[in-house]
This record gives sequence, structure tokens and C-alpha cells, in this order.
Amino acid sequence: MSHLPALVDGFLTTLALVALSFTGAFALGLVVVVLRIGPLGVLRAVGTGYVETFQNIPLLVWLVLFVFGLPEVGVRFPLFTTAVVVISLYEAAYVAEALRSGVNTVAQGQGEAARALGLTFGQTLRHVVVPQAARRVVQPLGNIGIALTMNTSLAAVAGVVELTASANRVNLVEALPIPIFVGAGLCYALLAAGIGGLAGLLERRLAT
Amino acid sequence: MMFDPPGPRGRRRSRVATAVSVLVVLALVVVAVRRFDAAGQLELAKWRPFLTWPVWRYLLTGLWATVLAAAAVFALASVAGLGLAFGRMSAFPWPFRAYVEVMRTIPVLLLIYVVLFVLPAYGLDLPLFWKLVLPLAFSHAAQFAEIFRAGVLAVDRGQGEAGASLGLTHAQNMRLVVLPQAVRNVLPSLVSQTVGLLKDTALGYVVSYLELLQSGRVLANFNHLLIQTFLVVALVYLVVNASLSKLARYLEARSARSAR
Repeated sequence: MSHLPALVDGFLTTLALVALSFTGAFALGLVVVVLRIGPLGVLRAVGTGYVETFQNIPLLVWLVLFVFGLPEVGVRFPLFTTAVVVISLYEAAYVAEALRSGVNTVAQGQGEAARALGLTFGQTLRHVVVPQAARRVVQPLGNIGIALTMNTSLAAVAGVVELTASANRVNLVEALPIPIFVGAGLCYALLAAGIGGLAGLLERRLAT
Repeated sequence: MMFDPPGPRGRRRSRVATAVSVLVVLALVVVAVRRFDAAGQLELAKWRPFLTWPVWRYLLTGLWATVLAAAAVFALASVAGLGLAFGRMSAFPWPFRAYVEVMRTIPVLLLIYVVLFVLPAYGLDLPLFWKLVLPLAFSHAAQFAEIFRAGVLAVDRGQGEAGASLGLTHAQNMRLVVLPQAVRNVLPSLVSQTVGLLKDTALGYVVSYLELLQSGRVLANFNHLLIQTFLVVALVYLVVNASLSKLARYLEARSARSAR
């Protein structure tokens, strides 16, 4: 197959999309969850609004808005960057919800005890809640990572030549649908298995 | 709650922090609005078409197509999912388990491309509606299966045992005792899954089935109001899905109350 390099390129692009978007989504999700559980009413509303907006509008709509809409107001980024930004923004809402339900699994008494000891909100989070919640959010975050991997395929619609797009292009030339699409499916399954394995490893490492 | 009710100094501090964060949010909004204004995207003429009935009739027709597609996916995926869930709890769980695991790790878009570009090569050219609905149903069936399985497993074991001791057959027991309780358990998850499903119908954009997003694209090509059209489309999605999410939260709160 002379088009193997194109498929490998697509796979590497998907890999880069996944790695960068997940990093972005995690960082932003952390900020949003701190807003959502924090003591400031305005910021709680901002956090809730963020999660609601991004969870209730399809990723494809966000991609179309950012990729085709932003140039109309004079904001231009490379396609790949835009895709990473949009997927990060979108998945951050899910990361924030996963982190929040992790925090909620920590018994209320723990937070109360921390306050009784005079710890501030930040100290309570850092020393009491996060160490206990960390282990419980690993699996949900792994699932978000897998969903994110699947969602990076939507970047193909916006014109990023990642794995799905390159499989489609190569198939249009070579007309070997079964090996190409099964191969692409296997690559995604491999990525998902890798993320699942990583999550399992991390979970065991965090077990105390 | 991870913070005490604040005292006088805390209240003052939080008032200051509130003011600062409101200012930051406002500043962001102002920057965005000025950006739009500088590009001439705020002119009234560019928004006025969205106050007219023909435009809305067109978009609402798209929304109706979205709802139809979502309903078809829901019907197919929930029936298939129920079958898969029982398959996974039967004596031969592995083929069903394999299906669920495989579907979880294949993007829907890849399935859609298969239906769009591969099947026609083998002489199977489906109507547009099914080109969108079938791949989504295959993919969501796996997720429905997991939801139903969790629901059945959450029903107290004693319920099934009581049914069996009354002489119900396995099928009767499932139908009359276990399933009704399971469905009640999973109602909130089913509604939130519906939100995901509705969002996935936006892939009609790829198969050019005229649902809401694709209608938006056609409209934007026609009126050249790209940003305005897609913002309105996004707003419609937001209203519909936020209502569904709210319903899910309400159902959850209700079942949490009745469990106590």
C-alpha cells in the first residue's frame, strides 16, 4: 500500500489532537470546577453557565462556529489550533462535572473537620479533598479521554486531516474500504485501550 | 459546602472579589462585542432576518427533522440496547460484551463514513435519513445496553428472589418485577443519554440530511449571514437540550427523594 504514510500521518495528527486537547480540557476543567464549588456566588454561576452551555450544544456546532465563524470577525488561527481549542473548551465541561462528582464523593464530615481545624477553602481542597477524590476521578477521566478520542474525529468535518479524514481520502483513491476502515477502527480501539490502561495504572498508583 | 458562612471581614472580601470577577467577565464580553462590532457583525440588518417567520419556519422544520432522527435512533437503540443488556447477563455474555466494547471505541463519524462511502460501493445506498440514523443507532445501542444493565443490576436481589419464590418464570419475573423497577432507576440516565443522542444528530451536517445544523448551513449559504445563523442554531440546541437536562435532574431528584 503506497498510501500507508498518509494513514500514519493521520494517526499521528489524531494522537496530537488527543494529547493537546485532553491537557487543555483538564487544565480548564480544573478552573471551572473550582469556580463551581467555590464560595463566590457570581463565579459559581459562571461555572454552571459554562458547563450548561458547552454540554448542551453539539461539538460539531462549536467547530463550525469557531472554524467558519471566527474568521468573519477577524480572528484567524490555523485549523489544527482551532480544533484543539474547541475540543478543549467542549470537553472541559465534562472534565469539570467528573471532578465535581469526585469531590462530592468525599464525605461531608471531611470538609467540616477541615474547617473546624481552621483550614481555608484552598487549604481544604489541597490537603483534604483532592487527595481523597483523586483516585475516584481517574476512571471517569479515563472515560472522558476515550470519548474525547472519538470526538477528535469530528475535526475531520472541519477540515483537519486526522485519522478518519485520511482513511476516507485514502479509500477514495485506493478503493480498499474494508482494510482501510477496519484498520482505522483498530487504531482508535488501540488508542482507547491505551487510555484505559493508563487510567488503570494511575488508579493503582494512587491507591493508598 | 467547603467553606464557612463568612463573617464581616469575609463578606467584605467576597464583595470585593465578586466585583472584580464581575468586572473581568464584563471586560471579556466587551472585548467580544467590540470585535463583532468592528467586523460589522452587529449591524441590525444582519440580525433582522431572524425576526421573520420564513427563516424560523425553515429552522423549525430542521429542528423537527432533528427530533424525528433522534426519536428513530432512540427507538432502535433502546430496543437493541435492552437486548444487548440481557445478552450480557445471559450464559453467553462475551459476544454482547465485545459489541459494547468495540462500539465504545469507534467514532460514530467512522461508521457514518462507512455508510456514506463504503456501502454504496457494495450496492447498498440507503436514503439520507437512514444514513444518519443507522450508524447512530449502532453506536448508541451499546450505551443504552450499559445503562439498562446498570439499572437491572441495581434492583435489589430480593425482588427477583421474591418473584421466583412466587412461581414466576424467569421471563415473567423480568417483565413484571425487575424491569419496571430498573427502568425507573435509569430514567434520568436515559434522558441525559437522549441529550447526547440529539447532539449526535448534528452529524446530519456530514450526510447532508436536512436537520437543524444542516438547515443552518443551507440558510447561511443562502443569506450569507454565517455567524448569525450558526449562533441562532446553537441557541436552539441550547434551549432544547438544556430543557432535557433539567428534566433529567428533576427526575433524578425525584427518584432520590422516593428512595429515602
